[in-house]
Amino acid sequence: MATQTVPSPPAESPDAPPDPRRRSGARAPGEKSLVAAPSTWIVWAGTAAFFIFLVGILTSVVVDSFGRPWFDSWLPENFVTSWYTDAWQRFGMAHIMGVTLTVALTVIVISTLVGVPAAYQLARRTFPFKRTITLLFLLPVLMPPITYGIPLATVMYNLGIGRTLTAVILVNLVPSIPFVIITMTPFIEQINPTIENAARMSGANMRQILTKILLPLLIPGVLAASILVLVRTVGMFELTFLVSGPQSDTLVVAIYRAMTAAGGGEARQLISSMAVVYTATMMVILIVALRYISPTQLVARVKESRED
Amino acid sequence: MSRGQTTKSTASLRHRLAERGIDSSLLMLVPALIFAVALFIYPFSYGIGLTFQPSAATQAQWGTSIFANYIAFFNDPFIFDSIWLTMRLALPVALFNVVVAVPVAFKLRHKFVGKKFLTILLVLPITLGTVLTAQGLLIFAGRQGWLNRFLLDIGLIDAPLALVNNYLGVVFSLIISGFPFAFLLISSYLSGIDPSIEAAAKTMGADWLQRFRRVILPLLAPGLATTFILTFVLAFSVFPSARLVGDAMGSTRVMALMAFRAFGEQNDYPMASTIAIMMGLVELVVIAVVLVWRSFMYKGSTGGKG
Repeated sequence: MATQTVPSPPAESPDAPPDPRRRSGARAPGEKSLVAAPSTWIVWAGTAAFFIFLVGILTSVVVDSFGRPWFDSWLPENFVTSWYTDAWQRFGMAHIMGVTLTVALTVIVISTLVGVPAAYQLARRTFPFKRTITLLFLLPVLMPPITYGIPLATVMYNLGIGRTLTAVILVNLVPSIPFVIITMTPFIEQINPTIENAARMSGANMRQILTKILLPLLIPGVLAASILVLVRTVGMFELTFLVSGPQSDTLVVAIYRAMTAAGGGEARQLISSMAVVYTATMMVILIVALRYISPTQLVARVKESRED
Repeated sequence: MSRGQTTKSTASLRHRLAERGIDSSLLMLVPALIFAVALFIYPFSYGIGLTFQPSAATQAQWGTSIFANYIAFFNDPFIFDSIWLTMRLALPVALFNVVVAVPVAFKLRHKFVGKKFLTILLVLPITLGTVLTAQGLLIFAGRQGWLNRFLLDIGLIDAPLALVNNYLGVVFSLIISGFPFAFLLISSYLSGIDPSIEAAAKTMGADWLQRFRRVILPLLAPGLATTFILTFVLAFSVFPSARLVGDAMGSTRVMALMAFRAFGEQNDYPMASTIAIMMGLVELVVIAVVLVWRSFMYKGSTGGKG
């Protein structure tokens, strides 16, 4: 796992010593691996089944998006790329991709600008109502998006900004700002405060400390947080779907609308080709992301173990 | 939070506030708080208020009291049953994801050739998203898909299995998107457990079952609880897959779908808010139960990450 930004050694390193014995099979009497042998097979069979589904799903969509026609056979008769050009024109993909990128980038910039200073205060200071404020920032991440999304969307339609790009950006900020705060707080906690104190002693004011000392140190963390926000925003379906309209649909929502359009939806292959474009975009983002962050960070806040 | 700013800046008061941790640098919190209040607290309270202002249609059917939305929620079987339908999907899936992820994470916690490759494969479903997963399942596991075709060809089944457009389809889609989350989380918790504790138990002669039950499980319990809650939240708010690979008017008529139906199709915002708030409540109940279970387990520091 590409953990260049992580200063602590990988956590599995303490496990290393028993490894050679385990591999050679010459274990001390009474020493067994924790899970017995038959279960090993079950684990591997289960994992294999999971991957068969995964690869099957991915491949069948890709094959479908190139196939013409593909009905009652293992593989399509011909492979063509026309579904992509058709889909591109039919759904105005250039516009959809533009909207998706605009939303994602705006959300990243705003949530970083707003979230990082807040994370800094939460990481460094104690003040009254700190627990309440932390809880306030945690709630939007813990709640299912629909729960607060529907009241929020109602407010937006009442204000008359429903179906606009602004609304889509605003709803995506709701989980993104707390997410930046939650990922950045442990990151800032691990930066040695004596560096800031030294700068303060040398006469730097808050702004100088921020721009000259903290910002360079924070860049890896900010990068990781922005990529995670990017992944989440591009993939965010529920919230965007509630407030977006034909002119402000992001890619996921556009695909969903195409799949559920009245009258049986669009041709399956058109949707498949859009889905492939979506997955390809996400994969590019993720490949870039995995260079800067570890996979576990994708799903949770990972407090880098400071005890090492 | 802007107390430090609004008070008169007499030196002594400012000093007293600073001693309590209030000074002007706390202003850095203000933008985030404004966003949290304007986009989360206000709409949420507005939504709660809305639930007490039932629409004319609801009032006509369920009486004119301000609780008409709630009366409708609990008495209309079409809506109320969706709680049970959601639970029937989310609980088994979340439980499955956690229970299966534990042994897999155990097997994969040591270094071996191809570990990185496997981890990347496990992250892959995140790139698929619900929509492609749904599309893929419809094609792959559909009546004419490769899965049924293969099972028919090797003679395991006589007729194609109905794996999509029903309960099973949604379960598959939820496992595919939820399992990687559970696996990655549990791996990170597992790597936070000091291996010397297990080694000590081994020295005292504990077999693997005892070590697992008495040592690993209590240490892992908080992590398991968190993982369960997160995968449950994911599965609980399922909505695109319930519509796309499920049976949206039958066995997978989940709460999120009902809430959206009221919102988008009937434009009954008060009812939609009611269903949404009840969703949050039901979810909180489940989370509370999990946290109570967790409090019965080991209470000390676990050294786990997160």
